[in-house]
Amino acid sequence: MIAFLRNTWRGLTSMRTALTLLFLLALAAMPGALLPQLSLNAAKVDEYVAQRGWWGQLLLKLGFFEVYATPWFAAIYLLLFTSLVGCLLPRTWEYFKQMRAKPVLTPRNLSRMPHHSQAELDVTPDEALARAKKAMRGWRMETGEGTVSAERGFLRETGNLVFHFALLGLLVSFALGKMFNYEGQVIVQADGGQFCNGGIFNYDQFRPGLRVDGTDLTPFCVEIGKFTADYLDNGQPVGYQADIRYQSGDDLTSNTWKPYTLQVNHPLRTEGDRLYLLGHGYTPTFTVTFPNGEKRTQGIQWLPTNQLTLASEGATKFDPPGVTDSETRRKNQIAVTGLLAPTPLLHGSILNSKFPALNNPMVAVDVYRGDLGVDDGRGQSIFSIDQKMVEQGRLAKVARKNLALGEEIVLDDGTKVRFDAVNDWVSLQVSHDPTQGYVLAFAILIILGLGVSLTVKRRRVWVRATRLEDGRTLVEVGGLARTDQAGYGEEFTRLARAVLNEEKS
Amino acid sequence: MPVDETLATYSDWLYRSALGVYLFAVLLYAVEQAFARAPRKAMAGAGGPDILTDAPKSELTRTERIGRMGAAMTVLGAVLHLGSLVMRGLSAGRAPWGNMYEYMSLLCLAAVVTWIVLMAKFPIRRLGAFVLTPILVLLFLGGTVLYAESAPVQPALRSYWLVIHVSVISISSGMLLIPGVTSILYLLKDTNSDRFPKLPSADVLDRMSYRTTVLAFPLFTAGIILGAIWAEAAWGRFWGWDPKETVAFVSWVVYAAYLHARATAGWRGRGAAWINIAGFALNVFNLFFINLVTSGLHSYAGL
Repeated sequence: MIAFLRNTWRGLTSMRTALTLLFLLALAAMPGALLPQLSLNAAKVDEYVAQRGWWGQLLLKLGFFEVYATPWFAAIYLLLFTSLVGCLLPRTWEYFKQMRAKPVLTPRNLSRMPHHSQAELDVTPDEALARAKKAMRGWRMETGEGTVSAERGFLRETGNLVFHFALLGLLVSFALGKMFNYEGQVIVQADGGQFCNGGIFNYDQFRPGLRVDGTDLTPFCVEIGKFTADYLDNGQPVGYQADIRYQSGDDLTSNTWKPYTLQVNHPLRTEGDRLYLLGHGYTPTFTVTFPNGEKRTQGIQWLPTNQLTLASEGATKFDPPGVTDSETRRKNQIAVTGLLAPTPLLHGSILNSKFPALNNPMVAVDVYRGDLGVDDGRGQSIFSIDQKMVEQGRLAKVARKNLALGEEIVLDDGTKVRFDAVNDWVSLQVSHDPTQGYVLAFAILIILGLGVSLTVKRRRVWVRATRLEDGRTLVEVGGLARTDQAGYGEEFTRLARAVLNEEKS
Repeated sequence: MPVDETLATYSDWLYRSALGVYLFAVLLYAVEQAFARAPRKAMAGAGGPDILTDAPKSELTRTERIGRMGAAMTVLGAVLHLGSLVMRGLSAGRAPWGNMYEYMSLLCLAAVVTWIVLMAKFPIRRLGAFVLTPILVLLFLGGTVLYAESAPVQPALRSYWLVIHVSVISISSGMLLIPGVTSILYLLKDTNSDRFPKLPSADVLDRMSYRTTVLAFPLFTAGIILGAIWAEAAWGRFWGWDPKETVAFVSWVVYAAYLHARATAGWRGRGAAWINIAGFALNVFNLFFINLVTSGLHSYAGL
């Protein structure tokens, strides 16, 4: 039994196994790049599975659409890291032993070394060795009987160990981060809209880590001020920025607001959380004047359907005022849907957008009246009306028109719908990852360790001085690089020349 | 920021000239490779000095002179190539690696420069045709299919990280092209040394592959990490398994496997060479397939 365990451990920690596991890891990671992934685009996964039939279902069951969360992917990297630990522990032990070890004694026959050089000099053996020691300053040296042995490049193994331990550290930090991180997205109106990181329900979308229940999010609030976007003449965006005010930490109790300019690539970092500006769009404002004279004004974000021209679609929904009977109310709900063109381009009466900036914006609206279906308890998209209601005849299109700012439509019952204004909205992301600082630190160690271990060479050099019968001294230099393909030749030649002093003799 | 059209035009001219000069260099190299005699004795062994001692001038054969012209043409091409990148950058007022055309151009320049350095260190000048041909293909594709007018980049790319991350990744990928090619040559030579008498010894080819990979790999690692730092500032997370990130990770693992393979009995030599080729193939895949076919956050770096 013990023998079995020992053999398994040895097998697992051998280089050959590590190599196989590296290949497996590479192979297993690939589907994540080739197949749509749930974490990136769930809609695309659904479409993919639907198109492939049983084959898609099989892939879905095997986790090919969430590769990096599957047990088989985890199994590979856990095995790999076990193998790594098994390899590192004895190497570390060996490393500390070698740190204290003296350079090995000079071999009897130096001419057998891969690098060798010799000369007869008119000096005493002691003088020759002294010169050798001078030439090898900075090397770890050991003087023997008429010889000096020297070694250099221990930093290579140091770098190697630092690299591998940092890799372990990075994985552990990464895993811990997945436990305690969270990420949420929300759309906020510019020119005064506020958002507070108080709980999950403030978000449009929220992705918590495994140990996050959303009860203790970092408290902070932001208020979005003016949003500005710059475009080239062809509509390509050049820069976005939102002037915001925020309060966090003690500012929350003292109600102090601090200003910040939120830009792409320049998130707000506060109290360990980060706030990002992800995108923007437009919010048209409509005022509905009901037949009884009451007015309702609403502005809700519409969704850009063309990223280049920011032509946007959406649905602004109204309840009739003062109606308590839900039956009557549901017959008279109003939805203003259609297309918003920031800079209109008209082909006859067909409206489109030709530029993303606001420039006498227009809307092409379809006005619906009837039951919007918002009372049945199911959530519905804020960007569209429920088409089922239209199919069932419970919601009917009652008007269609292009409106410029300030223009209005009058419905058959006297209800007026006026297009008032267009404002900006911004989409924000809040991210929290308590371990990313550690990940960065380990990543830096990885680069340093790698750089050192791949550039430093571990090499040895030996010098032997023998007195000859004619009174001269035979000085031999031998060299050996302990790492493969080290390119030690040039350095050795230089050293040997210094020791043998060929220039003078 | 307006684009300086004149400089952009100069940049395009220089790009085409560089391409032409490289093509000429390939022809010269090919002539040398075709007409040179196979070396009678083996190349310098493992422990010997790497420096090629040139024969005295009078003994230079005609083929050798042609080879030297090829090398000179390569250097000239690299200078023109560099000029084209500099002009591009000046015309757009930003680092000249903001779209796929420019990225490929920088990548190829890095590969050419690596090759010039290797030529100075190893007696391998005649292989120029093998190395420059894939570079020429990439440059040609870049200048035709992937060509993009000089223009400013979108907001997400307006960051000094564009300068750092993209250049490091591009340069290291370019450097990794060379061991990809020499590994293929290694396999040929190792399979049948007699059939390819004019190729350098398998040992020299192996050593070239290793030395270049060992320089490029830490750079590539740094490039990925720099990308992660940028992603944290731009996209809200440092790692998100975006297709480009994933394939970069996979090729990193493959190059790590290459380094381990060289220390593993049974994998040295041929096994390692195959792994290096696989790593390079993945880089090419990442450049073309991931940019052009799949859609991810890196897609806008495309055309």
